[in-house]
Amino acid sequence: MPKEEVTIAQELAKKQREISVSEFFTKNRHLLGFDSPVRALLMTIKEAVDNSLDACNEAKILPELKIEIKKLTEDRFRVMVEDNGPGIIKAQIPRIFAKLLYGSKFHRIRMSRGQQGIGISASVLYSQLTTGKASVILSKVAKNKPALYYELKIDTAKNEPQILKEEERDWNSKEHGTRIEIELEAKYQKGKQSVDEFLKGVAIVNPQATIHYVTPEGEKINYPRVTNDLPVEAKEIMPHPYGIEMGMLMKMLADSSARTLSGFLTSDFCRIGPGTAKEMCEKAGLSAEKKPSSLEHADVEKLFKAMQEVKVIAPPTDCLSPIGSSLLEKGLKKEVPADFYVTVTRSPVVYRGFPFQIEVGIAYGGELEKEGQVKLMRFANRVPLLYQQGACAITKAVQETNWKPYGLTQSGDNMPSGPAVIIVHMGSVWVPFTSEAKDAIASYDEIMKEMKLALQDAGRKLGIYIRKHVHAQEHQERLNLFAKYIPEVANALAELSGTKKDVIEQDLMKVLKKETPKMTAEVGVHGEE
Amino acid sequence: MAKSDSKKSLEDLGKKIVGDLGKGKNPEISIPVRALSNVVYDKKSKTLKLGDKMGSRSFFNVAHAKKFLQTVEVASILKKELLGSGKHEHLRGVFYMAKRTIPGTKVNIVDEQVESDKIIEDLEVITGLSREQLHVSANKMGSMVGNILLEDSGDLIDCSKLGKGGYSIPSIVDELDFKKVSAKYILYMEKAAIYERLNEDKFWQKNNCILVTSQGQTTRGIRRLLQRLSEEKNLPIYVLTDFDCWGFYIYSVVKYGSIALAHASERLTIPNVKFLGITADDIIKYDLKKHLIKLNDQDLSRMKQVSEYEWFKDNKDWQRQLKMMKEFGAKAEIQALSAKGISFISEKYLVEKIKNQDFLE
Repeated sequence: MPKEEVTIAQELAKKQREISVSEFFTKNRHLLGFDSPVRALLMTIKEAVDNSLDACNEAKILPELKIEIKKLTEDRFRVMVEDNGPGIIKAQIPRIFAKLLYGSKFHRIRMSRGQQGIGISASVLYSQLTTGKASVILSKVAKNKPALYYELKIDTAKNEPQILKEEERDWNSKEHGTRIEIELEAKYQKGKQSVDEFLKGVAIVNPQATIHYVTPEGEKINYPRVTNDLPVEAKEIMPHPYGIEMGMLMKMLADSSARTLSGFLTSDFCRIGPGTAKEMCEKAGLSAEKKPSSLEHADVEKLFKAMQEVKVIAPPTDCLSPIGSSLLEKGLKKEVPADFYVTVTRSPVVYRGFPFQIEVGIAYGGELEKEGQVKLMRFANRVPLLYQQGACAITKAVQETNWKPYGLTQSGDNMPSGPAVIIVHMGSVWVPFTSEAKDAIASYDEIMKEMKLALQDAGRKLGIYIRKHVHAQEHQERLNLFAKYIPEVANALAELSGTKKDVIEQDLMKVLKKETPKMTAEVGVHGEE
Repeated sequence: MAKSDSKKSLEDLGKKIVGDLGKGKNPEISIPVRALSNVVYDKKSKTLKLGDKMGSRSFFNVAHAKKFLQTVEVASILKKELLGSGKHEHLRGVFYMAKRTIPGTKVNIVDEQVESDKIIEDLEVITGLSREQLHVSANKMGSMVGNILLEDSGDLIDCSKLGKGGYSIPSIVDELDFKKVSAKYILYMEKAAIYERLNEDKFWQKNNCILVTSQGQTTRGIRRLLQRLSEEKNLPIYVLTDFDCWGFYIYSVVKYGSIALAHASERLTIPNVKFLGITADDIIKYDLKKHLIKLNDQDLSRMKQVSEYEWFKDNKDWQRQLKMMKEFGAKAEIQALSAKGISFISEKYLVEKIKNQDFLE
């Protein structure tokens, strides 16, 4: 081979590598949720908050978060998120914050917030691309140990951490915890898809957390903890054969420590025993003794097909950690002022081999806006979803539920109207999002069905309340109107009949007395036409 | 019926209610139901008539109270302000007379004109009097031009000498006196634009006829006028509408009556009126297929409704028209004829149709 050709190929390869990470990121910003300055700010807060809450949860610590956004110039902000979590050990800090797609290589699945983002490192990279600044990390693991201070960037060519500064520091005010400061090009705004709205949602579904938040305008918002009960720890489970895809199966085969195919199937999946494993191998026409990493592509395809065809019982559901209806109610009560609350937690069920669980909460009346559509708040694994409402299974489930019997107004398959907030939470080891930005849940039949059942359950209770309290009140108000109507009717009748007004009015009052008990007893007022 | 009789009818209504009250009864007004469920197509007279389903409106009933109040209030206004003074008032005026807030509440007697309009229609069926007899008029929405001489409130009007606009048809036409009618037929069209075209072309002069138009739906004044001309002067009436289900319905209202005004059918329907066009056959014959408009969802659902109305259902010719419209998947406006030339409609289309008596019943 001539020497020059090799050089060109090498050059090309080098170039290819150099553009990889940063180029990929810049080109795919929209997929990852960094497509606008407004969203970039939200994503950064979201990733940091998700990490903090997950870490506290694992370490069984009641979370206390401080979040501060400072406006530096018109389009530049500094975000600070601090937690009281377990802290991060020295070896892990650079990789967690400054290596993209760094994660566990074990193929276990569990319900966690982390499933939903590309990770905090994406924010570090975004910061570096838009401002050129390093991100600052401070973390402390124990009272008697010094805190570790880092200034980090990502080496975009190698996708490796680039440590600009590393030193020990005192952090006496803290026993343990982590703080991250990131400077980025961003835009802050209020309203539906804002950081404020996100944190309010976080506070509702995480009633065990206290959050102190300082907005860029210097406003201090506190979300207090209302329970000392930590969420049940979600157990990790192995994937279920019905829930995997080809690519994942190939990766699992390559990484497996099992020596035989049969061993791989029984140890790396849930609900597969030696008998089922044997059946799968036979069906695929493969030897159960084969080394997992030695399978050819065609073999993997056969195995994949066989795994879907053999009957396997549903996965265990203790890998889920629901909020629970009473805690969801507490969370709702503290953040949404209303007269009536109802919450429902369904039993776990399974779609495509993935266990999941639906929870619904409704707040009604009180100070909630009477006019217009109800406010819908969507959550997946305790994280609020703020974008792409129209494309989400939750939205469809709410629209396809008939709310009229439950006392809300609704025209056709639209969002219902009335003074209500509806919350829907899907917890799952694998929430099926419609895109990588993870804004909307895909409409699988099983998921839609569970959501509707949960909404109907909560809706029925809402309906009972509305009929009893709201209708009774309206009914009374209407009865009171008779006294006001009587002089008007008497006047008109006097004009029509020529009888004196006083006489008619007295007669009307007499009949009113007689008819009142009958009218009060009337429930479910029927119309004339 | 003289206005004193109208007054008496309303007085009787009041006396009956007051009488019930004196006996300690919950006052009640019986009203025939005015909905499709209580409209009957009388095959013999070929008109829509109100069935005998009765509804009732009682004061001491949470759901009826407000309507009861509206009914007696509007009735007293009609009796005192209109019949009492001998003057006429528009629907809009009656609405403003009734619109006020009940003291001590935030409730208005009526909030929108449709409410008082409905009550006036209710009072028509309750008393058996027409709106005109109650001295209530509606907006003038129609025009007439052609070889007819009439007297309106003492003024002699020659409808062949009224320029571009023509005679503005009043809402109440019962007192018009037809002095001299030399026209041989009446052409009634839903589109004012076509009326203007034909008037400019002096179609009525060349063909010795009368042109009448409305804006869309045919008002009661126009229907009554057409009925009187048909009955008193024996003039044939031809209807020209768009080739769509709304146009077909306009024709059927003139011929058989409408669901909303089934109680007034006797005074408004004209059973021997004929449909001139636009028909599906016209579209083929005059090669208008290039000028069609695609049917939308509304058109299709209206088509379903119209084809199921009894008076269309048993009529083979109309079912054929609807079927062809469905096959075209399209409708046509009268104006589509302009594609063949600006005066194609007046010089060729209408002349041919009328000469060949090419009508639908």
